[in-house]
Formats: sequence, structure tokens, C-alpha cells
Amino acid sequence: MRAVARRLATIVPTLIGVVIVTFLLTRVLPGDPAAYFAGPTADQASIDQIRAALGLDQPLPVQFAAYVKDLATGNLGNALSTGQPVLTELAARLPASAELTLTALLISMSIAIPLGILAAVKEGSFIDHVCRVVTTAGVSLPVFFTGLLFVYVFYYLLGWAPAPVGRLDVYFTEPERITGFFTIDSLLAGDLETFRAAASQLFLPAATLALFSLAPIARMTRASMLSVLSSEFIRTARAAGLRSRTVILAYAFRNAMLPVVTTLGMVFSFLLGANVLVEKVFAWPGVGSFAVEALIQSDYAPVQGFVLAMALLYVALNLVIDLVYGLIDPRVRLEA
Amino acid sequence: MSTLLDVKALTVEFATRRGTVQAVKRVDLEVAKGETVGVVGESGSGKSVTSYAVMRILDRAGRIADGSVAFSGLDLRAATERQMTDLRGREISMIFQNPRMALNPIRKVGRQIEDVLRRHAQAGSMDARAKAIEMLTQVRIARPEERYHAYPFELSGGMCQRIVIALALACRPQLLIADEPTTGLDVTTQKAVMDLVSELTKARGMSTILITHDLGLAAAYCDKVVVMKKGEVVETAGAREVFAAPKDDYTKRLMRATPRPGSTLRGLLPEGTAPAERPAAAGSGETLLKVEGLLKEYPRQGVSKTWRQMFGGGAAATDEAPFRAVDGISFEIARGESLGLVGESGCGKSTTSMMVMRLLDPTAGKITLGGDDIGAIPARSFAASKHRRRIQMVFQDPTDSLNPRFTAARAIADPLLRMSALKGRHAIRTRCEELATLVGLPLDLLDRFPHQLSGGQKARVGIARAIALDPELVILDEPTAALDVSVQAVVLNLLDDLKAKLGMSYLFVSHDLHVVRLLCDRVIVMRQGRIVEEGTSEKVLEAPEADYTRELISAIPHPPV
Repeated sequence: MRAVARRLATIVPTLIGVVIVTFLLTRVLPGDPAAYFAGPTADQASIDQIRAALGLDQPLPVQFAAYVKDLATGNLGNALSTGQPVLTELAARLPASAELTLTALLISMSIAIPLGILAAVKEGSFIDHVCRVVTTAGVSLPVFFTGLLFVYVFYYLLGWAPAPVGRLDVYFTEPERITGFFTIDSLLAGDLETFRAAASQLFLPAATLALFSLAPIARMTRASMLSVLSSEFIRTARAAGLRSRTVILAYAFRNAMLPVVTTLGMVFSFLLGANVLVEKVFAWPGVGSFAVEALIQSDYAPVQGFVLAMALLYVALNLVIDLVYGLIDPRVRLEA
Repeated sequence: MSTLLDVKALTVEFATRRGTVQAVKRVDLEVAKGETVGVVGESGSGKSVTSYAVMRILDRAGRIADGSVAFSGLDLRAATERQMTDLRGREISMIFQNPRMALNPIRKVGRQIEDVLRRHAQAGSMDARAKAIEMLTQVRIARPEERYHAYPFELSGGMCQRIVIALALACRPQLLIADEPTTGLDVTTQKAVMDLVSELTKARGMSTILITHDLGLAAAYCDKVVVMKKGEVVETAGAREVFAAPKDDYTKRLMRATPRPGSTLRGLLPEGTAPAERPAAAGSGETLLKVEGLLKEYPRQGVSKTWRQMFGGGAAATDEAPFRAVDGISFEIARGESLGLVGESGCGKSTTSMMVMRLLDPTAGKITLGGDDIGAIPARSFAASKHRRRIQMVFQDPTDSLNPRFTAARAIADPLLRMSALKGRHAIRTRCEELATLVGLPLDLLDRFPHQLSGGQKARVGIARAIALDPELVILDEPTAALDVSVQAVVLNLLDDLKAKLGMSYLFVSHDLHVVRLLCDRVIVMRQGRIVEEGTSEKVLEAPEADYTRELISAIPHPPV
């Protein structure tokens, strides 16, 4: 555990940096939240009053001290647009984003990794070309386009998918909150009807995101497999008569996994913060759209909260990846 | 004796960008039961490709174009891929050069042996582990139960090769193909590994094909030798006949070029081409380099305890005492003298040369060059020191030590641009051409990139670069280890001529005592950071005092004189 503790200690400076940078960035952005919330007809006096109430008339260091003090007590401030505490908002929306992203990643991995392995094993064959076409198409179609296309085809034309109205159709009640993932919570509650409804809502947006993230995963798997397959220990394994299945999966793929895991981590964190467009198309109540709205309104607290939450997630994710590295490759443990 | 493997008129082609290339041309090779056949040749002779063709594990670009391969009466060219995978590892198996790379880096070595045993149904899930440990015992791995859990990176090169041998012999094959099995290993390890292979194969009545560039190795371990050159067999004969009375000119040239007791530097070159023997120019007696009490310590490293607790496995417990790579050594080099620094890997010879080169700071000790205390200058700022140009280095791998994006001329000009007073394109080019002439590099090659040059030509570029600034001391770090023997012969002669012409001193770092003897006046033998023997080359080689030196000398295989 000491290695983990030491690894965690390195996070502290990162977080301090994130806190300072997000604070400064939101202050540097153009726009005046006091004026925005006072409304277009407000006079200078009422704007000043709101500004004083928000503490925005104080000098920056004082504002920063107040912000850090609040952070220390777990208070991320209130979102002016909704009036709710930022922490509550994030707690409600983060699982929505995470559920969408994780599902997308699972779909993507289950297609991209086998595709990448096949493309590498049969380099230059038909399947290799299929891999190239699929990944190129996936990455070059913008997500809002594929999202809209999916809605048009599967909802409007075919009627296979439910209306894109968020996480759950209005006729269903949200399952009791345990993990915040509707699919898992409904299963835990034993409510199959709700599970089916949640899963069907989830499928189209997840597929949209998955299509987009196919490319990096499949390409990295292919490249990594190719280099491992040409290494000397693969020749030894072949010369020892091991079956090609064993050679490819137990010998080559495990060695090829390190760069793939790295890519997975990057794709995950990228998708989590950047799927605003998909959230918009499918009316998904995720963190991305929440943050963008707050930013447009110069609402400092939610933006700061969002960036901080993302930074924490990213740090946690990297920690997990480092630990997975150690599990895959005994040599990495030396450096830990 | 009945024939086990019969290769007839084998031709292997490779599809390259420049069209089809025949790597192996109409090669005949016959291996009888219980016989050890050496396949000898320099790089590009097609000796490895022949064996890959027999195993049918050629790259995708390669294919058997013609000929026949029969193993125990079975036509291997006509066999299905399925039959071949059954055959590989069970009937014919292979061991490779660079054993560490030949093992799966992230699988426990015991598991890798198990994989082969299970694949060929020599063991089930119940007894696989016991059988794998039994194999480890047979290849003389100490503490086999513990080593079963080791990963290749935790084992030495010699131990890795034992594991590869265990893998290859696990299913009791009839034929073992050993492809340069000891290249890159120390001589004593080489001897141990080869003795093990020959003992195990003899005990099992197996046949062996030993592929090697080392005539000495072939002479010591083979019954029959096949000499290959550019994809063709030039001579096949009993081992004794080949060395006693080589028939082919190429075999004769190879024989001459292989250093052995009694051979001279000039004698390595093909007959008729060697210049007259030069009277040995001894050192002037004036001391150039003086090293006193040189010491280098490193903190010990090992798998952290945490990881071992969490995931199991791991190497021996970490020891807190620092490791002494170089343990207080002192020596001197006179002007015009060449000193050989010999020892096996890990003996501290490279660390010593790095400290003399001032790339590494010593923990303690003094290094003086012509009276100037260069040891006092930190390694970090030595590049900017005025003494920097007085010491130069020639590296082990002529390919890796050249920038692939620099032409030969640019590589040679590098030290001139950085440290000489020469200014202007023309002056530098003139100097480059002078240097190229000096090292015997044709001037039209100066504008080529490293990948367009042969190994010997790249070695010449490296040497020209090192002598560009007229250094007083040149450190030669195994400069010929990566070269074929015939090229090595030429390069060694070149180095000797240059030393006489330019009056430099050499510190020649090598593991090969025979090579050192040819080039050096005096030799230092190192072991575990200490000097175990020091003296003139003749004395150390002919009448060694230390047991370790004797062991080293006797471990070197050489063709009968």
C-alpha cells in the first residue's frame, strides 16, 4: 500500500495547481455574473448589491481565500442558475455522464480490441482493410451527426429506440439511488421493466460515443500487436509449437496491452468531459452540458466545481491505470 | 548412422522492395541421428534462414522456392501447418541468440515451460508444475522451485539461456537447432551453456545443428561442419578435416581471421594482402593516464516490498549496502601504449571506461591525464572542458553509435564543429576527407547515411570521428564485438596502424582475451570491480597467475592450431 500512498502524495501539488488555475481562469473570462443575474433591466445599484452579496466586490486574494475555505469544508458554492449547491448538481449529473461514458467504452472495447487484434494478425488482409475503414469513418463523422442520424433512423424511421428524452422515459420512476447508474440500480432493485427502459435510453447515445472512440483503441491495439508479434519471444513460442491461439492471446496480446490501457484511460477521460454534443442531442443530464451552460452564464462556482471534479477523476483514473500496469507487467513494479 | 534430417537443394526467397532475393541457394544439409553439425558463416550467409526454413517459421516475406526437406522420412515442405505445429517443440526445437528477448517478458519462466509441456501433452494440469521444475533442475538452475516464479528480467543472460534450453528440450525432441546460442554471453557462461547443451543432447541421443559465426565454437562442439557464404554451402567436412586442411578459399580466409593462440595481427588478414610486419612500438614510458583508487558505488535496487506483498513473486530481498561497481582500482597508461581491460559482464570494465571518459562521476579516486586532474571536473561540465578533446571514444555498436540522419561526413565533422578551431565548410570538408583517407574509407561514401554503409564501413566512420581531434587517449569499447571476423581482422589492423601513425594511447575494453592480446601491450583482468591480474599481454595469456584468468582463457573455444 505504501506505493499507492506515495503515488497519492504526488497528486497534492496537481490539485493545488488545478484549484488556482480554475479560480483565475473563471475570473479572467469576460462577462459579469452580477449583471447577468440582475437581468437586463436592472439598475447599477441592484447590480452592485448582487455583486456584494456574491462577494465579487472583494479583491481577488480575498475571494480566493474564501473559495479555498469553502472547499476545505466541502462547499463548492451554489449554482446561480438553478440555486442548487454545486455539489448536489454534480452528484446528480456525474453518474449520468459516467454511466453513458462507461457503457460507450465497453461497447467500443468489445469491438475495437478484437478488430485490432485480427487486423494485426492478418495484416494486409480483408479484415485489416475493414478495420481501417470502420475506424476512419468512426472518427471522421462528428458525434452530433451520428447521434442525429441514429435518432432519425432508429427512433423516427424504425421506431426501435425510445425518444431521446434523457436517462429515463417519463412513465418510469427513477430507481432507488445506490450507485447512481440507473441500469445497475434498477437491477439491484430487481426492477426489470425499469432496467429495460434505462438500457434502451442508454443504448443510442452510448453507441454514438462508442463509434467515435473506436478509432484510437482499434488503431492502438493493431499497432501494438504488430510490434509485439514481430518480437523474438513470439518466434520462440512458435518454434516451440504453441498453438496460434495461445501465441496470440496469452503471449502477444498481454504484452501488447500496456499502450492499449494507456489509450483507454485517455479516451475515457476525454469522453467524460467532452461529450457535451451527445448530451445535448439526447437530452442527457450529464456534467458536460451543465458545465457549458454555467460557463456561458459566467457562473463561477459550477465551472470551478466541474473542473475540480474532472481533475480528481482524472487523477484517480491515472492511479488505477498505473496499478493495472503493475498487474500486467512485473517490470513496472520495480519503479513503483 | 541413419539420417534424421535431409535437406536437398533448398532455395529460400525473400520478397523485398527491390524484387525477389535468394537468401539461400541450393543448400544441402544432412544430419545423422546423434550427430552435431555446425553451420558456420558470417552475417548474410543464410545460415539462420536455412534453419527457419526447416522449421517453416520464415517471415511472411520469405518462402521456400525449391528443394526438399525430409525429417525422419517425412516431407516437411508438404506437411500441413497443423502437422508442423505438432512437430515444432516435440520433434524439432530451437534455441536462439539473445535469450532474454527470446522469452516472454511478462510470463513466469516456469509457466512458459509448462505451456510447451502441456501443448505437446507431456504433462497435464496436475503434474505440469512438477515437470517444469524438473526441467529447471536438469538445466542446472539453482533453487528451481523459487526460480519457477521468476520473470526473465530477474535472471542473468546465462540463466535465461538455460530456461530457453529447458523450453526446447522439455518435450524430448529428436533435433535441436541452436541459432548462435551463446552470442552476447560471457566466455565462461558460453562454455557452461554449450557444455550443458552437448551433455543433455548426448544423453538423449539427440541430433544438434549449431549455427554460429564462431569457428572455435564449431570446432569444439561439432562432429561435422558446413561452411556457408552468401547463401551457398562452400564446404562440408568433418570438423577435424575442416580445421586441419580447409579446402575452400573462403574457409581458409575465415580460419586465418579467427584470433587464436599464436596468431598475429597481420596474420589475420588474407594471405598476400597483409602489409609488412611493423616493429612493435612500445610506449615512451611517460605516463599519460593515471588512475588511483577509483571507486564507484550504486545504491541497490530491487522490487519494492510493497509490490511483493501485494502481488507476490519478486527478486531476492533488497540489500541496503551500496553496490560497488568499481572497487578501488589503480592503473596507468603510458603515451603510445595500449592497455587492455578484460573481464566478464558486470566486472566494472565499462563503468571504469565511463569514468575515465568523464561521463560518470566516481565516488572516490583520482584520474589524471598528462598531469591534469580531470577526475575533479564534474561529468556534467566535462563536455565544455578544454581537456575534453584529449580523450575520445569508439563504441561497441557501429550502427547504434551513429546518428541515422547524419551522413558519414557529418558524423566525422561533429567533433570538429564542436571543439576545433576549424571554420568554414571547405576547411572542415578537407579535414573529413583527410580523416576518411586515414581510416581507409572511400571518399565517395562520405555522403552516405549509416544504413547505406556496411558494418566495417560504419566502424571506420566511428574511428575517424574519434581521431578527428588528434586525441591523446582513445577508449575502445569492444569496437569489433558486432563485426564479422574478417571485418574484425581489418579493423584491428587499422587501429594498430593508426596508433603507430598518430602516437595515441588506447584503453581497449573487451571480453575477448585473444583480441586484446593482438592489440595491447599490457592487460588488466577485472572481476567484481577489482583487478585480479595485471601484466604484459604475453605473460597474462601464456603464464596467467590468477585462477580466474586461467578459467577465462580455458573457456575460450578456438580452432585447433
